[in-house]
Amino acid sequence: MGLKRDVSLAAGLRYRGPAGYLTFILHRIGGLGMGIFITMHILASFFGGRFGGTLNGIYEHWAFQVFIYFCVLFHAINGLRITILDLWPKLLDYQTEAIWIEWAVFIPLYLVAVYVIVGVGMGG
Amino acid sequence: MTTKTRKLSLKQRGMMSFETQMWIFTRLSALAMYALILFALIGALVMGARYQMNLADVMRWAFMPNVSHVQSTNIPDLAPWMTIFWKLVAIALLLVATAHGVHGLVVIADDYIASERGRKIVRLISMVMMASMSLMGAYIIWTS
Repeated sequence: MGLKRDVSLAAGLRYRGPAGYLTFILHRIGGLGMGIFITMHILASFFGGRFGGTLNGIYEHWAFQVFIYFCVLFHAINGLRITILDLWPKLLDYQTEAIWIEWAVFIPLYLVAVYVIVGVGMGG
Repeated sequence: MTTKTRKLSLKQRGMMSFETQMWIFTRLSALAMYALILFALIGALVMGARYQMNLADVMRWAFMPNVSHVQSTNIPDLAPWMTIFWKLVAIALLLVATAHGVHGLVVIADDYIASERGRKIVRLISMVMMASMSLMGAYIIWTS
């Protein structure tokens, strides 16, 4: 069994789909970002010492926090849309509207958080 | 138009295939994570987070209800925050999140890696990663 997809890595990365593709690719970036952060955090907590301290320094930096907050918030809000629409397939007719609502929720929440994170990071 | 998928029986839909089951698991585990995060958030508010913690610390606790996430706050007594109950909630969240996340990594890898051998290597790495992250995380939560 198993699907055979004769697409190279480069061709896969070059793909640009229609509407909804932006949320699709941002969902992946968000998931990967969280995967990297949580792996680092578990390794740092488990091993500790100088190795843990170095990793701590990376993800406690405000720039990393701005990135990881994007990952978490976008993945959570977009994931909620995917879950609701997939479990109630009739709603899939309103996919475009759902994506607009999603951005309307995400952008204000994210901007406020970035303002706070950068403010604290700059020592203000 | 073909027959509506929803009207077919489980077997005809192919619900028994591993991919379909993981597709459903991804959605249900997402719902479970929202529930656990909300539960930890409400728990924190009940235990006095309203006056003793700032929003960032409350969120840190909500995303992983582990006592080390609230040690730097003004909470006078950490005992209610480090009960076995909260450790079990934290481990449940860890296991659900690890399974959800590692499966997500495999899905992403399958979209970009075409060769049979590459996919086998990714699956092997993902199994090792899932086991080691679950065990290390559970150990950290249990001993903190």
